[in-house]
Amino acid sequence: MKVRIHVSLKPGVLDPQGRAVHHALEGLGFSGVEDVRVGRLIEMEMAEGTSDEALDEMCRKLLANMVIENYRIEKLPRTEGAI
Amino acid sequence: MAFRAAFVTFPGSNCDRDMAVALEAISGTAPIRVWHGDADLPERLDFIALPGGFSYGDYLRSGAMAAHSPIMRAVKDAALRGVPVLGVCNGFQVLTEAGLLPGALMRNVGQTFICRTVPLVVENAQSLFTAGYRQGQEIRIPVAHHDGNYFADDATLDRLEGEGRVAFRYRETCNGSRRDIAGILNEAGNVLGMMPHPERAIEDDHGGTDGRALFESAVGGLVNA
Repeated sequence: MKVRIHVSLKPGVLDPQGRAVHHALEGLGFSGVEDVRVGRLIEMEMAEGTSDEALDEMCRKLLANMVIENYRIEKLPRTEGAI
Repeated sequence: MAFRAAFVTFPGSNCDRDMAVALEAISGTAPIRVWHGDADLPERLDFIALPGGFSYGDYLRSGAMAAHSPIMRAVKDAALRGVPVLGVCNGFQVLTEAGLLPGALMRNVGQTFICRTVPLVVENAQSLFTAGYRQGQEIRIPVAHHDGNYFADDATLDRLEGEGRVAFRYRETCNGSRRDIAGILNEAGNVLGMMPHPERAIEDDHGGTDGRALFESAVGGLVNA
């Protein structure tokens, strides 16, 4: 089972990295960029039958810092997504 | 009785020697080095230091991997028993990731690594780490970090301030830290995390000695206890 964990900063937490990327895009002449938030994507190959609870616990204990970050778990069908 | 201190070396620690030198210079006894993979700490410790550096290459988040290394279970147990624990720079990041201190250390707001000596204000001169300073005293301590931007939600910040748990504050904006917080204490007052490096400010030859009082407080407090 392929699993993608999307980790993003919580709304309201200032994202210095996102702001720098935003400025850089504007500096390159791209218009219409209203906000940029930089997150992290973690791809994992998991044994079939891994429970949602186990994935949640991995996120809460290590993969995301719940003080500043949210996470979203995406399970991919076998045929999709190359890891 | 000799001051029994230990310091933890993680893969990527680079201020562990500075910490050891500072502890020995102030207490007169060489501290014990503990490796990240050790499961136990030496017995009857008076002090535990988590040094600065880039443990585990700052993979995932600064301090995130170190917070789950085997030795940290023993450090947590010791902290809960009341053993003084000092985390400096990466050590502070490890303490927040381990849940021993609230909040998180994010990327500096200016995106740059900051390496200079900064003025701090001692906000609480009554803790076991800060009793050697005067309340409101201004001291100069070096910082050297990329991820020192302290974040916690408003409720947590209000609680920290209300309980006197902000130990040090930057006198001027340094890295974007909320309320210019440079160092905080846990609820019991025996765990201090701070981004500035007191262990780098104990010799006149190295630009100042304002860090000495922190170690003297910890050593003296235990001697007098």
